[in-house]
Amino acid sequence: MNAALAIIALVTVGSAAAAMLGRNLLRSILMLAVSWAGAAAFYLWAGAQFVAFAQVLVYLGAISMVALFAVLLTRQSRDEPAAAPAARRRGVLAVAAAAAVAAVLLWAVKKTPLPVAWRPVPSTTVRELGAQLMGRHGAALLVVGVLLTIALIGGVVLASDRAYEKPEDKP
Amino acid sequence: MNTLQLCLAFSSVLFAVGLAGALARSNAILVLLGLELMLNAANLNFIAFWRFSPAPSAATGVIFVLFSISIAAAEAAVGLALVIAIYRRKRSIRLPDATHLKG
Amino acid sequence: MSAPLIAEPLLERAPLIARDWLTHALPEPLRWIANSLITIVVLLTVFGLLFAFLTLAERKVLGRVQNRPGPNRTGWAGLLQPFADGIKMLTKEDIVPRTADRVLHFLAPVAILGFSFLTFAVIPYGRHLVPVELDAGILYFFAAGSATELSIFMAGWSSHNKYALVAAMRALAQLISYELPLLLSAVPVVLAAGTLSASGIVEAQAGYKWGLVPHWHVLTPWGAASFAVFFISALSESNRSPFDLPEAESELIAGHLTEYSGFKYALFFMAEYFGMCALCGMAVTLFLGGWQAPLPALEFIPSYAWFSAKLLALLLVFIWVRATLPRLRMDQLTRFAWKFLVPLALVNLGASAFWSLTFAWTGPMQAVRWAVSLALAVGPFLLLGLRLGSGIGKRTYRCA
Repeated sequence: MNAALAIIALVTVGSAAAAMLGRNLLRSILMLAVSWAGAAAFYLWAGAQFVAFAQVLVYLGAISMVALFAVLLTRQSRDEPAAAPAARRRGVLAVAAAAAVAAVLLWAVKKTPLPVAWRPVPSTTVRELGAQLMGRHGAALLVVGVLLTIALIGGVVLASDRAYEKPEDKP
Repeated sequence: MNTLQLCLAFSSVLFAVGLAGALARSNAILVLLGLELMLNAANLNFIAFWRFSPAPSAATGVIFVLFSISIAAAEAAVGLALVIAIYRRKRSIRLPDATHLKG
Repeated sequence: MSAPLIAEPLLERAPLIARDWLTHALPEPLRWIANSLITIVVLLTVFGLLFAFLTLAERKVLGRVQNRPGPNRTGWAGLLQPFADGIKMLTKEDIVPRTADRVLHFLAPVAILGFSFLTFAVIPYGRHLVPVELDAGILYFFAAGSATELSIFMAGWSSHNKYALVAAMRALAQLISYELPLLLSAVPVVLAAGTLSASGIVEAQAGYKWGLVPHWHVLTPWGAASFAVFFISALSESNRSPFDLPEAESELIAGHLTEYSGFKYALFFMAEYFGMCALCGMAVTLFLGGWQAPLPALEFIPSYAWFSAKLLALLLVFIWVRATLPRLRMDQLTRFAWKFLVPLALVNLGASAFWSLTFAWTGPMQAVRWAVSLALAVGPFLLLGLRLGSGIGKRTYRCA
């Protein structure tokens, strides 16, 4: 049990670190895709199949595409220029701050008495999920739907640029 | 360290990695992706608690994560559209160059 | 795979009997691993051979449509042609550009083949022949299918060729545009069947109306419209004509595959054909009743034979469409997806909901139910079609 968790954790955190530290932007995004796949593996290990497939569909199949398109549409040069001294100092401070946050969180996790209930994997079938989404959380579902529609329209409006449309492009 | 604490430690470290990336990098896209990592770490937390704690309502953790994933997707889309729009005006997406509003 | 009843005919139980004969002597955890390995090997063999003979069938059918015989020299009537092609691909020099990203260049065909093959795991090939029984099988299928898009980008970018990169971006735009109608046309089926599990959806199409007409989803108004949208989106998701802009030779050479040669190129095509077979298999499962027979009198034919027959029929329609329709341009393609297929699929979702809510209507109300459903399926199609097709001048044909 714990061995599988250790492997999944190593792969996920390792590829995430490689993504955040890497110089080459596209490789960073592909490493991040590996990290998201690692998170999906964690969900499968924990028995949340629906969430694992949703994670693969949304993150690997959609968000990585959006990030890749954004990178390709905003390229100037091949790699990031070498870090200036101010940027290096900011980097060191950032890593220190993140390490402090991690230390506080890990200390809190270690100190809190967290009982583990080794019940059999909760059998949350898709039918139950659907019933709860439409019943108890119906209002939230509608709000998320409106939010996604607004995000879609907003994204299209932001990314399109009327001033650049040339008259010969109109059909 | 029982299994639940291991899972929470894993997600805390992932959160810290995302935080370091979001604070340290000067490329706007990588900052957004650091944010995505932090959201992912929170989702991992939810699923760890759903799996290992006696929960009153069996599906709450899963539903929370489903909502979180969809909102993260919307936020990533809008954020990256913003990055493209900024690139069109300033030809650069490096955060230190975005000083137009600096007083 | 569940235990079969003794009362079922022998042919129906034959695959399971064969598999159990091979692995009955093994202890329990090893036996599960051995069963899974046998399933994987059988799937690879069957679909690999199907891929080989499908390439031959395509060339022959295309040839006949174009009034020529197609390959007929290798072996009797050209039947050894796929193996000749395989030998050719294996023995070609594997050229990798000097400045290409070697790791990604190698990983791209592996990743795309892996994810394409993963989609085969949830399709029910026969009454007891589902490789993995998942509660959210349809979601798994679409998730694994959408993960193949990353490897197309990897192929285009790692080639270090700006035309390959542009072509990869175009291919990605096409794939994500058509993923939406694909998913939206599967949702009415899930609504009607009440489950995301593939075998559950096949079982929801069981039974015969008046002892004669099966309850397949394609025989309902919303099902026919959904099937059409799913079929068109499947054509596009597998980069087939008329949506084969990414791999057309007159467009940017081979698109994102320009810098691939030899076996890696063959692997990309194998992945494309696997995707085609998986999508056709899913179409059969969702709309054509899966492994079920169309008439009660024909139920003696084993279920996997029915599945294969329906799958082959759909694949032949794919080939027929390729032979008949001209290629769509990139902007026509995306306009078709976003302004036609997506609204159509959304309205169809409403039609399917209406159909499910009115299942208790009988007598003359049945006619009303059918009329309203047909109106909801055909009306938006006509409206949207007329709107999209307006503004184009009158068609003039000039014979050479």
